[in-house]
Amino acid sequence: MEPHWEHYHHQADIGVRGIGASREEAFEQAALALTAVITEPRLVIPREAVNIICEAPDNEYLLVDWLNSIIYEIATRNMLFSRFEVHIENHTLTARLQGERADQARHQPAVEVKGATYTTLSVGQNSDGSWVAQTVVDV
Amino acid sequence: MGHITRKAQTMDTSQLNRKSEHEWWIKAHGRMRVPAIIYASKALIEDMDPKVYEQVTNVATLPGIVKASYAMPDAHWGYGFPIGGVAAFDPEEGVVSAGGVGFDISCGVRTLLTGLRVEDVSAVRQQLAEMLYHKVPAGVGSTGHLRLDATEMDAMLSRGAQWAVEQGYGSGNDLEHIEERGRMREARPDCVSDQAKKRQRDEMGTLGSGNHYLEVQQVTAIYDADIAAAYGLHEGDVVVSIHCGSRGLGHQIGTEFMKRMALAAGRHGIDLPDRELACAPINSDVGQEYLGAMRAAINCALANRQIITHLVREAFSEVFPRARLPLLYDVSHNTCKVEEHTIGGKSYRLFVHRKGATRSFGPGHPDVPTAYRDVGQPVLIGGTMGTASFILAGTKESMERSFGSACHGAGRSMSRHAATKQWRGREVIDDLAGRGIIIRSPSYRGVAEEAPGAYKDVSAVVESTDRAGLARTVARLEPLVCVKG
Repeated sequence: MEPHWEHYHHQADIGVRGIGASREEAFEQAALALTAVITEPRLVIPREAVNIICEAPDNEYLLVDWLNSIIYEIATRNMLFSRFEVHIENHTLTARLQGERADQARHQPAVEVKGATYTTLSVGQNSDGSWVAQTVVDV
Repeated sequence: MGHITRKAQTMDTSQLNRKSEHEWWIKAHGRMRVPAIIYASKALIEDMDPKVYEQVTNVATLPGIVKASYAMPDAHWGYGFPIGGVAAFDPEEGVVSAGGVGFDISCGVRTLLTGLRVEDVSAVRQQLAEMLYHKVPAGVGSTGHLRLDATEMDAMLSRGAQWAVEQGYGSGNDLEHIEERGRMREARPDCVSDQAKKRQRDEMGTLGSGNHYLEVQQVTAIYDADIAAAYGLHEGDVVVSIHCGSRGLGHQIGTEFMKRMALAAGRHGIDLPDRELACAPINSDVGQEYLGAMRAAINCALANRQIITHLVREAFSEVFPRARLPLLYDVSHNTCKVEEHTIGGKSYRLFVHRKGATRSFGPGHPDVPTAYRDVGQPVLIGGTMGTASFILAGTKESMERSFGSACHGAGRSMSRHAATKQWRGREVIDDLAGRGIIIRSPSYRGVAEEAPGAYKDVSAVVESTDRAGLARTVARLEPLVCVKG
């Protein structure tokens, strides 16, 4: 199974879902789904890198923290990201994000993401062993 | 890469007890401490997501809730609380909820009068649109003209629109026509994290994105001539409305306290039916810190709308050098405020949460500005780019029925993804131009996601709000120019 992402419906906002062979891959794909809420990920050139660390008591809080950390970097650096490398040990996540400064003309960013929520939040494994990480983001 | 659409579900009204045409009760059952009440017409309630039932019921289980958990006619599926939810809590027994306020703390609407008539504006609409779009930063990643250092940031967070006026944005007269007179008291900038402040550093005086906008509108109908006259509104008048909130600072505060409250709930002996209902006792450290930070975010939103007002006045003065744009009113629809309410003839001090609901204080209330004291406060309801907005007036009955609260807007009927499948931004802009509405936006996709057809009919929401006695319809506004973030 190829790692991939999806959006799913929430009345006012949008759900982001990452699917992969490992927890790390699912988190990376969920991050791509987050970028896709704002712009087409393929338009974002991985020119610059940013490192992130987050810790949380369980996988679900960790996913919310991970997405919120990316949202924070997008907001304060005015950047968009298209490449994510995630490592998780116990409940500590370290990641390297790659992207570039947001360009209104080229990226046509549709909407700011305000925060990741706990609505429909789940991190778990399917019967085939693949990992799914999902939650709704507020836009 | 795909997209999964959840099949639209509708409310099962057999679970509800219809008390009157626009009032539906859910009897307290299970862990509910009080009943839940939804105000809506039959058509609106049948169209509501069943999640509203679940969420308005969950809110009724929270400690210290008083009287009832309410949902307004525009209620939809939110986070913990429904959007369009109202709940009041006892100061001793009760809780304050970060989810009950939401991420965009003090998001709201303000409307300015212009003294201009639609015939004055028609010929120069394009010029006005360009000038507004040039002056007011809009869209993802846009930055303001202002950079705040640490001292100024704290002053802004403490004093809100009062601070902005002191900095030369607008005049002291504006403050009388803002809830809390432009300054939310007991704000605590020390409870706002460095991250939240950093997220706001470059965002003062920016509109943001999503459903936030700046519109030049014409008054196309007057429903109550006396109240309209008190508000200074006449058919054919031109007004300006601004819809935005506390920007990155509010979002970050919401994010941080949602987590702290969710993690601390167990320690406080609160069994949350849904993690999104994250709340803490009012008399706890985290509860008090949240209140201090949330009030600082309210000030941030008030200062932000005040700065944007100044930019709008600058833009108008380029086209109409003699125009003055007095502030009609400024309302916030995501807040928790301490208010006095009478229940069974006795007065109580309560913590009233309004999540996607507008204050609707009626005639005679001391918090209504002197100019509107006899008719009730203006209740400003935003529509979408292509449809109407409305101005209503607060009522005495709303004090009794919903702790002085009314609806806040239309609410989406279609997801963003579905909207982009159905419309292209350029076509939406051309279609609206054909109807005499000029759209300026940095993002075609953003425009497609906000297409008028992706929203519910705001007229039906307003009508139901009026019929339920929550507010009285005064005027209808239709857009001439819309700057969309």
